[in-house]
Parts: sequence; structure tokens; C-alpha cells
Amino acid sequence: MARPRFEVRAQTGFTVMAVLTFGLLYLPIMTLVVYAFNDNDSIAIWKGFSLRWFRSAWNNQLVVEASIRSFQIAAAAAVLATVAATMAALATTRVTRPYRGLTFKYAFINQPLMVPEIVTAVALLIFFSRIKMWTGYTGLGYLIVAHTAFCIPFAYLPIRARLESMDLSLETAAADLYATPWNTFRRVTLPLLWPGILAGLMLAFVISLDDVVITEFVKSGGQDTLPTYMLGQFRRIVTPEINAISTVFLLLSIAIVTIFFFVSRKRA
Amino acid sequence: MATAGEIAEKAGREDVRRRWLLSTPALAIIFFAGIGPLFIVLVYSFLAPGSYGDVKWQFSTDAWVGVVLQRDIFDGTISIADAHLQIFLRSVTLSLATTVLTLIFGFPTAYFIATRPENRRDIWLFLITIPFWTNLLIRTFAMMEVLRNEGLVNGLLRFLHIIDQPIQFMYTDFAVLVGMVYVFLPLMVLPLFASMEKLDFRLVEAGYDLYATRFQVLRRVIIPLVKPGIIAGSILVFIPSLGAYVTPRVMGGGTNLMIGNLIELQFGQGRNWPLGAALSMTLMAIVMIALLFYVRNAGRNQGSGHG
Repeated sequence: MARPRFEVRAQTGFTVMAVLTFGLLYLPIMTLVVYAFNDNDSIAIWKGFSLRWFRSAWNNQLVVEASIRSFQIAAAAAVLATVAATMAALATTRVTRPYRGLTFKYAFINQPLMVPEIVTAVALLIFFSRIKMWTGYTGLGYLIVAHTAFCIPFAYLPIRARLESMDLSLETAAADLYATPWNTFRRVTLPLLWPGILAGLMLAFVISLDDVVITEFVKSGGQDTLPTYMLGQFRRIVTPEINAISTVFLLLSIAIVTIFFFVSRKRA
Repeated sequence: MATAGEIAEKAGREDVRRRWLLSTPALAIIFFAGIGPLFIVLVYSFLAPGSYGDVKWQFSTDAWVGVVLQRDIFDGTISIADAHLQIFLRSVTLSLATTVLTLIFGFPTAYFIATRPENRRDIWLFLITIPFWTNLLIRTFAMMEVLRNEGLVNGLLRFLHIIDQPIQFMYTDFAVLVGMVYVFLPLMVLPLFASMEKLDFRLVEAGYDLYATRFQVLRRVIIPLVKPGIIAGSILVFIPSLGAYVTPRVMGGGTNLMIGNLIELQFGQGRNWPLGAALSMTLMAIVMIALLFYVRNAGRNQGSGHG
């Protein structure tokens, strides 16, 4: 009894489900973007095409300030996290002789990924409110430190992956040719590692930019970032201004992801 | 004169010292703003609540008792804290449901991507990655647009004259579930794809040629081979679902709480920091158990790979 050949690629049931999934994944985002152009005071009913909500967001002092703050924090945290993660990656990869404490380091670096965000948020709220009381300092420093901590594992991943694909022979050769360790690092390791560092930096930046929960708990009064500002708006009547902000935010994320995608693809 | 062995030994020690020095900044930052504060939470869970938030420095196990029990403020009788248990139960149920649903949608999707020609796989993968890196709040808000009374679903149903009055989807457990499935789906697809990509599809064909039915091929060949991906994806979805805060807050509208919202309440209106601390530690313990389960299973799968 002959049966038709099994076509791995043409499993209709799976294909239908997959196409449905992609549809469901993009439908809400598309709706959100379309309604950003709605010429109506409420997000409910479509009235016509307009750019007024983009203008309105642009002229909203709170939105502008929150955006600037988001960028400041994300830039500072991404740079700090990437520097720390690069050093940590150099320390934990290409180990010729495994040493005690290596597993401990892995666990430590990945800790922010394992503890639920809300728990870290609460812990930092308690800890930082004490420090705020003792020192009187209420600046952006707290948010930057908190963001740096949870960005480190994200920055670490691509840098470590890149390092592990590089063998030590070039560095050994440089050392044999009397290069100092610093020169070896600067002239050999760093240029080779650069794509990994760039990818780590971008991941950290996006992760920091997206954070809601930890920021919501750590921020002092008047320190809203764009996501916490938006979260606050959901308590009120939502206007298409939120759609407009989301759309711009979305485009930014897509731009960063696209760059990241091509940077990491070149590697492979 | 030092022997070669001694020199190598010394160089090795030097290397280890240099490696510790290099990792210090990362470890210090994570200790300061990650691990260290968790110990403070642990300490706080054994203190008494202050009148206006914060704590009184006296030892008390009330907070831990309060996680599961409650004392009646009038007659002092003790009973099970129904409200807390209900929220715990809802969190676990919704998280499990989220995991199962993301698996149902994610599995065929990962299969579909893995079976595309190699040069097109990246494009499909890219389409999964975009929502993954899009702000979670924005994605939750997008789902709200679809489900609200004047939203896409109700609009469509009314246009088709299936309903006259909008169905109240928002601010229900259903809305929270849909929101969580939506935001956590990429977390399921990515590890599943990673497993599926390595799957040798000739085995699938071989199974079919040997007169296995489609279902048997799925159950006996594909699922066992991609099991590490299924477990990794399930853990990656289950853990953030359990600790979810934003999605239940936005989709549940303050009434359909999950553990994350219950914790927040203790630091806001509830003003019971020790109880909030004890609830946080409870949540962390559940997550750690789930992680241990994962590590044990992952270890076993790797072991059986050789057998």
C-alpha cells in the first residue's frame, strides 16, 4: 500500500497555525499604529487621518521630559553595563584551567534574569529609600545603577558568545612578539570582539529603555521615564496621543533590532 | 631555581587573580542592586509593619503567617487568608494556561520557521524578534485596543450582527490571559526554534515511511527530539508569567490581581511592608523551584543524549 511522500515543509495544519500566529502577533500592533493617526479625541472611533496626536505628543512637556530621561538612563546604563559585561566576559571565557568560583560567577551574572522583576523592584525600593533618607540624594543615579545591574546579563550574552568563537592563538602570537598585555588587548582582542560589544550595547540599551516595573518602584517624584509615564496614563482616559508615542517608540525598537540583527548575522 | 611546574603554577594563580579582578565591577553592581537588596527583603519579612509604611524594628513572624492566614480584626479568630490564596491560585492557573497556550501557538510556528528554506528562515525569525524587543507595555496596550468594548473584536462581531451589545472582555481573567499569551509568545517560539533547527527531518520522514501516522510521528519522533526546547520555552514563559505585574495591571484593571500586584499593594495602599516582603520571598521560592525542576530536567536530557 503506497502512501504519498511525507512533505516535511507542507504540513498544512502546522502552516495554518503558524500563519495564524504571525497574524495574531501583528494585528494588535498594526491596530495600535493605525489609531495613532486617528483624528478623534477618543481612541474608540475612527474619524479620519490626522497627524495631530504626534504634534500633541511633541508639544507635551511631560512626554518630552520623560523621553529625554529615558534616553539618559538607557545610554548611561547601557555603557556601564557593557563595560562591566565585557570585563566579566573576558574573565569567564577561554579559561585554560577551570578555577573555583567560575560557576558562582555565571550564577551571579545571570541572577537578574532569574529573580522575578517585581521582587527586585521591591528590594530596590526598600534599599534605596533607606539610602535616600541617609544621604538626601534623590537624583537619577539610583535608576542608572538599577538599570545597569539588570542590563549586565543581556550585554554579557553576545560578548561571551563572540569571545568563545575566538581562539587564543592571535593573542598568544601578539604576546610572543613582545606586545604588552594592554597593547594585545587594544590591538588584537578589542577589534575582534567589537561586533559582540556592539550587540551587547544595543541589547542593554533596548532592555533599559523598555523597563517598566523596576523604574516604577525606584523612581523618585517627577522622574517618570516614557514607559512609566504611559503606565500612569492608563489610569485616565486614554487618548490617541498614547498611540502616537507608542508608534514612535515602536519604530525606534524596530530600528535598533534591525541593526542588531544584521550585526549579529554578519558574525555567523 | 623554580621548576617549570612551579612557574606554570604561579602563572596560573596570576591568571585566576586577574580574572577575579576583571569580573569585580559586574559582580559588585549586581550585588549592590540585585542580590544584596534581596537579603534586606528577607530581613524585612521578619519585622513588624510601621504605621505609615516602612517597618518597626522588632522581630515578628506575622508577615509570614499573613501570607496564608488572616486574623479577624474584631474577634481575633484566625482563618485561611482566602483573598491571598485566591490570588496565588489565579497566578499559578493563569501562568500554566499561558504556558500551554503559547506552546499550542508556538510549536507549529517554530516548526514552520525551521522547515523554511535556509535563506528565508532569518526573515521569519526576524518577524518573531521584533515583538520580542518591543516594549511590553506597548504590546499590552496594543492587545487592549483589540479587546476593549469599542475595539477590533467587538467591532467585528457587531458588524457581523452576531452581538448587539459589546462583550466585556477587558478587566477579566480572560483579558489577562490573552494579554500574557500575546506578550510572552516570542519567549516560547525562540527556544523551540533553536531545538527544531537542529532536528534532523530525515528522521521524521523515516518514521512516516515506516508507517507511523502523522500523530505518531509527532508524538514519538518530533516531540522527544525537541523536548529540551519545549522545557526551556515553558520555563521562559512560566516564570515571567508568575511574576507578571504590568499585564495584569493593565488588562485586569486593578481587580483581577496576580501575585505581582498583590505585592505592590503592600507597598502602596496596603502599607504593610513586611507582608509585601514575605509575599516577594514566597514568589521567589516558587520561581526557584521551577528553575530547579528545569535544571534537573535539562541535565537528565543531556545525559540521555548519549544513551
